[in-house]
Amino acid sequence: MSAPGARPPRLVLDRVSYRYGARTVVDAVSLDVGPGELVCMLGPSGCGKTTTLRIAAGLEPPMGGRVVLDGRPVAGDGAWLPPEARKMGYLFQDYALFPHLTVMENVAFGLDGLPSRDRAGRARAMLAQVGMGDYADAWPHQLSGGQQQRVALARALAPQPTVMLLDEPFSGLDRSLADQVRQDTLRLLRETGVATLMVTHDPEEAMSMADRIAVMRAGRVIQSGSPKELYDRPADPFVAGLFSQVNVLRGVVRDHMVATALGRFAAPGMGEGTAALVLVRPEALRPESDPAGSLRLESSRLLGPYLELRLSLGPSGPDGVAAETVIARLRRGPLPEVGQPMTSRVDGEGVFVFPDAGSDVPS
Amino acid sequence: MSETALATTPPPPVPSAWAGAVRRGAWGWTALALGCAALVGLPVVTVGLNLFAPSTELWRHLASTVLPGYIANSLWLMLGVGFGVVVGGVASAWLVTMCRFPGSRTLEWALLLPMAMPAYVVAYAYTGLLDVAGPVQSALRTAFGWQSAAEYRFPEVRSLGGAIVVMSLVFYPYVYIMARAAFLEQSVCVLEAARVLGRGPWRAFRQVALPLARPAIAGGVALALMETLNDFGTVQYFAVDTFTTGIYRTWIGLGEPAMAAQLGALLMLFVLALLVMDRLSRRAARFHHTTGRYRSLPELRLRGGKALLALLFCLVPMAFGFAVPGGVLAWWAVEAGGSMLLGGEFWTLAANTLTLATVTGLLAVALAVVLGYARRLHPSALVQGTSRLAAMGYAIPGSVIAVGTLVPLAALDHALSALLRDRFGWSGGMLLTGSVAALVYAYLVRFLAVSFNGVEAGLAKISPSMDAAARTLGQRPAGALRRVHLPILRGSLLSAALLVFVEVMKELPATLIVRPFNFDTLATRTYTLASDERLAEAGAPALAIVLVGLIPVMLLSRAIARSRPGAAVLP
Repeated sequence: MSAPGARPPRLVLDRVSYRYGARTVVDAVSLDVGPGELVCMLGPSGCGKTTTLRIAAGLEPPMGGRVVLDGRPVAGDGAWLPPEARKMGYLFQDYALFPHLTVMENVAFGLDGLPSRDRAGRARAMLAQVGMGDYADAWPHQLSGGQQQRVALARALAPQPTVMLLDEPFSGLDRSLADQVRQDTLRLLRETGVATLMVTHDPEEAMSMADRIAVMRAGRVIQSGSPKELYDRPADPFVAGLFSQVNVLRGVVRDHMVATALGRFAAPGMGEGTAALVLVRPEALRPESDPAGSLRLESSRLLGPYLELRLSLGPSGPDGVAAETVIARLRRGPLPEVGQPMTSRVDGEGVFVFPDAGSDVPS
Repeated sequence: MSETALATTPPPPVPSAWAGAVRRGAWGWTALALGCAALVGLPVVTVGLNLFAPSTELWRHLASTVLPGYIANSLWLMLGVGFGVVVGGVASAWLVTMCRFPGSRTLEWALLLPMAMPAYVVAYAYTGLLDVAGPVQSALRTAFGWQSAAEYRFPEVRSLGGAIVVMSLVFYPYVYIMARAAFLEQSVCVLEAARVLGRGPWRAFRQVALPLARPAIAGGVALALMETLNDFGTVQYFAVDTFTTGIYRTWIGLGEPAMAAQLGALLMLFVLALLVMDRLSRRAARFHHTTGRYRSLPELRLRGGKALLALLFCLVPMAFGFAVPGGVLAWWAVEAGGSMLLGGEFWTLAANTLTLATVTGLLAVALAVVLGYARRLHPSALVQGTSRLAAMGYAIPGSVIAVGTLVPLAALDHALSALLRDRFGWSGGMLLTGSVAALVYAYLVRFLAVSFNGVEAGLAKISPSMDAAARTLGQRPAGALRRVHLPILRGSLLSAALLVFVEVMKELPATLIVRPFNFDTLATRTYTLASDERLAEAGAPALAIVLVGLIPVMLLSRAIARSRPGAAVLP
């Protein structure tokens, strides 16, 4: 998917597969990562993203497909290069600092090829770059989680790999710290121009860091593209619901349109009479007071910078069963009065229509 | 980047275990581990195959004369020792874990001390103390003015009953350890629930704590009974004919290796039953885990008469299993050890023992590292299975392992000398059998499990991402082992080697059967001196064995003290 004329990708996974016993955990996954690019594999736990990363590193041999590193096949089609010969950087979820070595010795661990003086110099420079220069003689257990992460990053980058693999590198940090560490890590990766493949289950993290995201589920890549592409043109309901809450409405296609309580939406390419799923992002709703409106304001809450309104799509049923509700999110303004009738316009950019193949929208 | 999921590709062929190892670059390690495991498993298999050996005339003779006696004695011994260790082990474990009385903290570890005592040493000490010529009967005679032993009744020490008492005294710690660990692991909430529901502390013990600990207790009993079946020195000295003495006599006295192996195979059936019991108990133990909430145990404070009774109860096994026999040994060593120490014999024995134990300890750890690391690199069913077989030796009595080692070695020797004769016209004679190397081999077969368990436990604590980190930073598997695993494991390796060291020091039956001619260790010399009724002279070498045997007991008590879940973990 690299643009024509762009530099050749550093790392290519070509229809890579892996199975544990009878269970396929990685199913023909294809990815590529160019120089200086950060590609993120995003998906729920158990979707095969970490196994894919381990295959890229050579820690697991793929059972099908090829891995190509800097234009050279390293796995598949009879080729095999063990992990120690691939010279890729790997940042582990638990950092995996060697407990019996000092911070300095940890960083110098991968620098065996250098003369000993250069090793020390390179390790020291790397530590300084991650802001851990003062901790060269400390032991891993004396460091905080964030410090350990930075040392692990320095250790992985010290041998100057052309490809970096990151396995949920921020999941062990608490939220307030994670943001800062994320930005520092991103800056360092950009400075070194390394091609980076990262694994995360956090959509927000993927959005904030990745140039491209590959969404994975059940061992397959279901969509890949830039964060904006994924947000604006999701390929299926799962991807649509991944990055924000969505309102789910159901309907049937008539005259290429689906009629819902929020209006009629185009259903291009869908057969007459098929069941359709209409997903509406909360910020695409523009509710306003209207005495003749069919919506009713159930509740309104102030959530920091924005308002969240809960609207019921009709009167309660005769048996008291509450009607379906949708959520709208708007910029902060006066709180409207609960109980009043309303209408809502819908911004077409935040509406996606899919065939209704069962409920696979993440909640 | 390719678009959404592609058309399904045909499934790749399922790789065999071996192909998997090759792909991971672990085939060298897998092959090495399989080789080691095969070598160590060979004696076990050799003896096992004798179960299916055709019965000969001699075997039928044996079966109709002495065999019923072996079986009856072994069964009585197991029954008696089983009863003894359960009473001693469970009650003392409950008292020191759940109650507080003067001395209870000290008893927590002091109750482990009898583990340092080889059973045969305790047997010698009590014989010296209690037989007709010993100080106790002499004092009785003086006190009551009796002229001869015919005028009074005194229980015979050298009997089946005596063997049961001696073995109960030294093997109860196995049950004590397991029961104590089980009591410590039990959630206090369960016990408190029982109390709130109207059970007194004793009924709570009987109705809740004891049933919950039952699998652990069964495991401890299985271990104690394996040791009972392994014992040779005690039953030989007490002239109680069991399988081990039968094997020894058939091998050394009758010169019938095949017969000895058949006896060994029969004995292995007993062991197999115990192994099954142990495994079932472990499985049950998983379901007996109650809740994850722990609080410090409520310490039932005992006062006055109750405290005194508890103290006495716990002192009995400790005193009679360790203090009294230890005192006797010390007294002998002082009385008769001087000449031995000065005569230089002791130092030869010590040097022999030290060399054997050190070499075996190091080799056992090296083998365990190879097996454990190969399993870590590529955990195929093949490697799993063979390493389990290789580690089974610990359950199998030393005499059986001796036979299982010597039979294939003798065959190899014959082949070797035939080859040498054909090629060079010179026969080397028996090169392997009766060599120190054969002895080390037998020790390895028997004690590999000890080092293997230690190494496995150590390796399990190293996160797999350490391996991955070392590999991605440019180390091959061997380099990762040398630069990451071994330094981290240093402590575990040292204590594993130490445990094997001590086991080798204490080992008697295999040493007696396999050792080179005129080669003695502290254990064999203690045995021959005692057999020659020179008990006092046996004091010094026996005491040396016991003193070194105290080291693993100390290690163990430290490990247990730290193992309570929910307790503060010290760095």
